[in-house]
Amino acid sequence: MNAEAIIRSIEAEHLKDSLPTIHVGDRVRVGIKIQEGGKERVQPYEGTVIAMRHGGINQTITVRRIFQGVGVERVFLLHSPLVANIKVLRRGKVRRAKLYYLRDRVGKATRIKQRFDRSLD
Amino acid sequence: MTVGLLGTKLGMTQVFNPETGESLPVTVVQAGPCTVTQIKSDQTDGYNAIQVGYEEVKPKALNKPELGHLAKSGASPLRHLKEYRVADPSSFEMGQALTAEIFTEGQLVDVAGKTIGRGFAGYQKRHNFRRGPMSHGSKNHRLPGSTGAGTTPGRIYPGKRMAGRYGNTNVKIRKLQVVKVDAERNILLIKGAVPGKPGNLLSITPATIVGQQ
Repeated sequence: MNAEAIIRSIEAEHLKDSLPTIHVGDRVRVGIKIQEGGKERVQPYEGTVIAMRHGGINQTITVRRIFQGVGVERVFLLHSPLVANIKVLRRGKVRRAKLYYLRDRVGKATRIKQRFDRSLD
Repeated sequence: MTVGLLGTKLGMTQVFNPETGESLPVTVVQAGPCTVTQIKSDQTDGYNAIQVGYEEVKPKALNKPELGHLAKSGASPLRHLKEYRVADPSSFEMGQALTAEIFTEGQLVDVAGKTIGRGFAGYQKRHNFRRGPMSHGSKNHRLPGSTGAGTTPGRIYPGKRMAGRYGNTNVKIRKLQVVKVDAERNILLIKGAVPGKPGNLLSITPATIVGQQ
């Protein structure tokens, strides 16, 4: 086995096999495991996927939401055990791979048109 | 004072800690299998050491004296040989195979190897000098600045940091943690970076910690 194949086989042990297909522009709900006073619970975080980066074990999504009038962006490592579950709530129709223009918009202008030709899983 | 292994850097990736879920940057290292090619003892050589060989090659890659030396231990032709000082050489035998199993998960190791050669490098890259302003009429972009006083002392003090050859030197990175041992394939996952590019020859030894051993 060459070096690349060995590294891929090590990464394969840590990859999740049941991730939904996520596209930029989708509205998703991510469940994050958090430790709270010795107890573990899953906290949901809902928002729009404005960017996807890397591939394989490093793959991340950037999820943006407006929380109490303040824009919040969180980056999730998709294959991390801390990301308990991901659910796609709504497919979006966008013409960019990175939706950074949403950062300059407020209110109604941040809406993304829904697309119906992609299923939700 | 324990035996180590020779190995090859294969590359870097990240894995997840199964308990906390945090991601760990790891270097994948092919560690061994090594063969004991010579045992040096106090009586015969004046010191105790084990010589190990690594990386099998075709016999035509070695010359006759090298092949003759390896034939003494019954080892197949090996490219690299290295000595490790040990306290008790009698626990080893000629031709014995050393595998990655000598390391355990969570153990601290020292990893030595040659760093990436950067050729003739300037002040910024080699010594982390700051550069001059790039614009507003400045003509001092990557110059060294002053190298010392004037007529007194009238010379540059030895050791003044200047441009020159950088990298391609032997470096030991100490106290790196072994994240995982794959005994079957002789693969170690070591937390953090190790010297050189993928394919670099490395020497992995248990960490020497001041006050211990």
